[in-house]
Amino acid sequence: MARRGPLKVAAAATEGLAPIARVRLARDPSRPQTQDYIDGLVSDFIELHGDRRFADDPAIIGGVGRWAGRPVMVVGHQRGRSTAERLRRNFGKPHPEGYRKAARLFTLADRFRLPLITFVDTQGAEPGVGAEERGQAEAIAANLELMARLEVPVIVAVIGEGGSGGALALGVGNVVLMQENACYSVITPEGCAAILWRESGPDKVAEAAAALRLAAPDLLRLGVIDEIVAEPPGGAQRDPAAAIATLGAAVTRHLSRLERLAPARLRQARERRFAAIGAPFLSSIA
Amino acid sequence: MPQQAAAPTAPPADDIWLKCPGCREIAFRKEVERNLNVCLKCGHHFRLTVEQRLAITLDRGTWRELFADLAGGDPLNFTDSRTYPERLAAARRSAGRHDAIVVGTGAIEAHPTALAIMDFNFMGGSMGIVVGHKLARLIDFARTHHLPVIVFAASGGARMQEGALALMQMARVATALGRLRDARLPYIAVACDPTTGGVAASFASLGDLNLAEPGAVIGFAGRRVIEQTTNQQLPDDFQTAEFLLKHGMLDTIVPRAAMRHTFALLLDLLAPPVRPVRQRSARPRRSSSPKAD
Ligand SMILES: [Zn+2]
Repeated sequence: MARRGPLKVAAAATEGLAPIARVRLARDPSRPQTQDYIDGLVSDFIELHGDRRFADDPAIIGGVGRWAGRPVMVVGHQRGRSTAERLRRNFGKPHPEGYRKAARLFTLADRFRLPLITFVDTQGAEPGVGAEERGQAEAIAANLELMARLEVPVIVAVIGEGGSGGALALGVGNVVLMQENACYSVITPEGCAAILWRESGPDKVAEAAAALRLAAPDLLRLGVIDEIVAEPPGGAQRDPAAAIATLGAAVTRHLSRLERLAPARLRQARERRFAAIGAPFLSSIA
Repeated sequence: MPQQAAAPTAPPADDIWLKCPGCREIAFRKEVERNLNVCLKCGHHFRLTVEQRLAITLDRGTWRELFADLAGGDPLNFTDSRTYPERLAAARRSAGRHDAIVVGTGAIEAHPTALAIMDFNFMGGSMGIVVGHKLARLIDFARTHHLPVIVFAASGGARMQEGALALMQMARVATALGRLRDARLPYIAVACDPTTGGVAASFASLGDLNLAEPGAVIGFAGRRVIEQTTNQQLPDDFQTAEFLLKHGMLDTIVPRAAMRHTFALLLDLLAPPVRPVRQRSARPRRSSSPKAD
């Protein structure tokens, strides 16, 4: 699939789109999803299932394979495309067992020195009785610490909706890439509008989407992401093969750079990356 | 995982009487206050202010606040019905501090400790850049000075007005805790009412020991969100400390009156006050160590 050359970010196109339009693009089910990136970019892929504690969560898929020749671990949210698949995968909203499966694969990657590539594509972690009973908060929290301490390269690609803690639980990387029309936010625009404006109309949702600065250019400026990956004109769903090839090339470029670093250095660099986020906005007031 | 609207936790200060939400009985405010703000009839734990918490936790005169001058701005230029700077200014005026957490050091029954207390009255205890950075700095300080860390969480989650920058603080603090753990310094997380959203899904669940106050609401998703999305009648004790204990998410629930002594016992058991440096030099030198030869 990776035949074409990478696309370049068209600055004008990126800046022009309203944030809420980007949210709609990010959620488009015909947009390439984790499984499509694996099919297009990972050879010899073997999916690995289950958290060894409770169940296998289809909202997160992961496994081992080769990325441009080298063995890697790949983990990502999977929303699904058909109605049946979306239901089976709970629309990509993981339960704790999904995060614990991811944690198991992260640990495997660390043990066997496999670079880790994650794909972020979720509206958020499942809010539900079972999820709370089984410790959704703890499952996410544990992944944050675990990802931070991995001594392998970790590359995160936000390919759709990066929905709050449920996204970040796969998102603690040395490098965080984000597709041009993906979004990444502390809360959905709908949730934000409901809480802060106490309204759920489309106008307020659009306003919330803009206020949250959830689009890639804003997040690049704020230091939350490291690079914007271009999409075909009109969005990744218009030409999935080109979108996949472009993202693949960006990941490979960072992989080649990061795999030269010593294991302890990789952890340290990731820690420093996150320690720096927000620091420019702090001040001292006596 | 936004902060919930800050519910008024206490009636006006001049009120002599207090209605307990636990047993619906009317009580003398002064009497309840003398009882650590715990209802004498039913044991309901009222929320504490940061100052009240400090006073009942630390040995008198040992508190030393750290990073108190750290303040944030308005990185997103965020406005809903009011601008974020207006909201921040109002919260700062009423709280008398720059943001929703206080960190520092003190002694608990003579055990030197690094301590953080979240202020639920400050924008629902929401975590933005200042909360994340103060906590992470405290944890790094504790590691450098070989101190255990105790955090009293009380928060509706990440602060919406700081967007993804607030979200990232969840990872920022978890990262610092990873290093503290490597140094074998104990971290005790105490979930107070309420501890939800991004704070629950970060440091509040990452204690070597996860404690909670009785009756505290603790959970990832908001109760209303779950009710709306599942159409299920939720059990009465859903997302309470007792519910979490039953489901294996807490080490123990500690009544307020026992909290301070419980800390002292736990610190005695987990981390006798011996500096790791001294401990190492007391061992026989390993011949494989290059410096030993
Ligand atoms: Zn009562």
